[in-house]
Amino acid sequence: MQTDTRPVLHATGISKFFPGVIALDDVELALYPGEVHALLGENGAGKSTLIKCLTGAYGRDGGTITLDGQEIDPRDPLSSQEAGIGTVYQEVNLLPNLSVAENLFLGRQPRRFGMIDQRRMVRDARGILSEYGLEVDPARLLSSYSIAVQQIVAIARAVELSGKVLILDEPTASLDRDEVQLMFSVIRRLTARGLAVVFITHFLDQVQEICDRATILRNGRVVGTLKLAEASRTDIVTMMLGRQLEEVTRHPDRGVPGEVLLSLRGFGRRGAIEPFDMDLREGEVVGLAGLLGSGRSETCNAVFGADPADRGEARLRGAPLGLSNPRAAIRQRFALCPEDRKTDGIVGELSVRENIILSLQARQGWFRPLPRARIEAIAEHYVKALDIRLASLDTPIRLLSGGNQQKALLARWLATDPALLILDEPTRGIDVGAHAEIIALIERLRADGMALLVASSEMEELVAYSTRIVVLRDRRQVGELAGGEISPAAIVRAIAAEEGAAKEEVLA
Amino acid sequence: MILTTLRRVAPQLIILALVLLLNFAMFPGFFRVEMHNGRLFGNLIDVLNRGAPVALLSVGMTLVIATRGIDLSVGAVMAIAGAVAASVVTGGSDWVVAVLAALGAGALCGLWNGVLVAVLRIQPIVATLVLMVAGRGIAQLLTHGAILTFNDPGLVRLGGGTILHVPTPIWIWIVLAVVVGLVVRRTALGLLIEATGINERSARLAGINARVLLIAVYLVTGLCAALAGIVVAGDIRGADANNAGLWMELDAILAVVIGGNSLLGGRFSITASLIGALIIQSVNSAILLSGMPVEFNLVIKALIIIAILVIQSPRVNHALYLLRASSGAFSPGASRGASTPRNTAPRSAASRTDHTTEEGRP
Repeated sequence: MQTDTRPVLHATGISKFFPGVIALDDVELALYPGEVHALLGENGAGKSTLIKCLTGAYGRDGGTITLDGQEIDPRDPLSSQEAGIGTVYQEVNLLPNLSVAENLFLGRQPRRFGMIDQRRMVRDARGILSEYGLEVDPARLLSSYSIAVQQIVAIARAVELSGKVLILDEPTASLDRDEVQLMFSVIRRLTARGLAVVFITHFLDQVQEICDRATILRNGRVVGTLKLAEASRTDIVTMMLGRQLEEVTRHPDRGVPGEVLLSLRGFGRRGAIEPFDMDLREGEVVGLAGLLGSGRSETCNAVFGADPADRGEARLRGAPLGLSNPRAAIRQRFALCPEDRKTDGIVGELSVRENIILSLQARQGWFRPLPRARIEAIAEHYVKALDIRLASLDTPIRLLSGGNQQKALLARWLATDPALLILDEPTRGIDVGAHAEIIALIERLRADGMALLVASSEMEELVAYSTRIVVLRDRRQVGELAGGEISPAAIVRAIAAEEGAAKEEVLA
Repeated sequence: MILTTLRRVAPQLIILALVLLLNFAMFPGFFRVEMHNGRLFGNLIDVLNRGAPVALLSVGMTLVIATRGIDLSVGAVMAIAGAVAASVVTGGSDWVVAVLAALGAGALCGLWNGVLVAVLRIQPIVATLVLMVAGRGIAQLLTHGAILTFNDPGLVRLGGGTILHVPTPIWIWIVLAVVVGLVVRRTALGLLIEATGINERSARLAGINARVLLIAVYLVTGLCAALAGIVVAGDIRGADANNAGLWMELDAILAVVIGGNSLLGGRFSITASLIGALIIQSVNSAILLSGMPVEFNLVIKALIIIAILVIQSPRVNHALYLLRASSGAFSPGASRGASTPRNTAPRSAASRTDHTTEEGRP
């Protein structure tokens, strides 16, 4: 690492505004030759926006970018590529129906007498790829090789075209452990040649293994830049989540949880969530905490039967229970407000009234329609009780704001009088007022004796309403906090814990 | 309830009235209805009578399209049902048995389509194409390649007889439409179908049994097609495997579209589709009455239908609205369509950035 030299790329004061949102606010990023620089941050922190501003995919609204001391103004990805900034994305942006060599040389194939010189192209390709430690036949189709090889071909192409800065946007997301190591060896070769590499990932283990420094973004601002050799994982997670950690006070009175409603043993789904044990009691809110991709939603979906578990057993008040599809769960008075309201929740063209009674009607069966008066009473009751703001119950639900859509979905499930209410990110994308109301509602439902399972990326929120908090990491339950232990700091510690164990895993 | 239905079908009613007036303009006796030998005669009765097969098909097709599907096989299913009815009745069985057998065949065809779509998750247009092609072959096997004729009075009456002076096919489609309409709207079935058509994933997560619902809808469509096949066979006193119901699936889809139902599924109106079927039949009638050479029929029909669809197009309506709003003056809003958003930049294969990022920023 040569941080004492001049940065090869220096972006200062980068700002980007979207209607109603400040996506990037005065962001600075300095890359030195030969370093691997991690760009970290939660979802929506501004990582991708920053990359797009650097590559010119977005026009920035402020700030300067210098490359090798010269100011550049990339207007589109092509010009930034010509200037020396290459980018490789998680989904390989190459042409799978062409050969490896053609992909490497697309647009600048070696020519001979006006024709493409196939032989030379394959020979040159082999030479280039061997520099990356890749022994493949460049004449074969790209699609005949694994994603990892395709990624490396994409990297080789980007480096050939640009050669100063390489941006890797989640390159390891779909790779297995050996392939990650292959990718890392390629990255090390490149940094040895003096390239600066930006590495974006959600895997903190990988960050600590391959990266030299990290810039951490939160809500469009740089929270800090640190040397990873000197930082613990707790520091990183704390900066990413950025909580004033001990500030939140817990409600002292949690009540006494009732009987065990649902008991899960060895419950899991291959590729989604490792088998886990869990007991959900009446009058209890169990919070699911973890970083993005840690298995929060997967847990919710398995319990509701949306993506049914393929192992383990479930018992409802001691009796065995099959949770193979949502209807089976709904019969047992389970309810799920999904994370993605638009695709999994609302039925956009139907009216708010119809959306509210949909689950109740589905459970009753089509031949027992709810009487008109009852529909009206239910819909009006919940519009009032949850303060859903709308012009008329006939309004198509897609026209409502996010918060009001979420409340209407809550109404849909509350109308079914659930015994277990599963909420996946109940406050995502909704305004502050609705936010507080939904938290108050969770508290009220718990006091009324309902069992709740709530997944959220908002730590303070979880702390405010959870009786217990289950902590997830890498699709696995890694800890549980109860009673007085619960605090944002404790959650962060639990997410970051087992550093040693995680490192061993990578080496294994 | 009736008022909302009327508001929904108002455009279709206006178009129907216009086409009927066109008929009247070409043939002043168009609206005359007379009684001969205990049967009502007249061009209007003909429209209702001849429109029966498409009207029957459009009832089922409306439901299928509401689920975001389509059924291309209904014409072939008509041929199968006709062939089954004819072969059963020529085999010496009672006409009631023949009708039940034909309906059973239709239900079986619908079940097949439903399983392909709902269980094997094949795209509806492909799944039903299978039976569209194979069905006619099945019908030909049943009739041994010939036109299987019969003279059973019971079966003939379904296509050519009368009840209370009114041709039987008119009764059949009206009764079917009322029954299906009541079942769909007086139970929650309509709501569940619409929810499934708009967002199947949300519907499933809300507890709707989308799979059974889809199979049921295709099954009903098969039954409707079988009824249409029986009517046609009864009318010509025979089963013509090659021509019965030929291209009629397209008329049925057209009826649903003219009825203002979206091919993207969701909200539907059976009444509007039925008016659509009558519009199609009135157009056919107008072409016949105009005395144009028959070769022009399809072309003229196409032109009239294009005109109807253009009138219904939201974009045309919007343009007309702007035109009226600006009362002839040039309005900036109307020219918006002309300037397409500037393409951001040419992008090479390696630097394309149109991938979905993990950040949901606009």
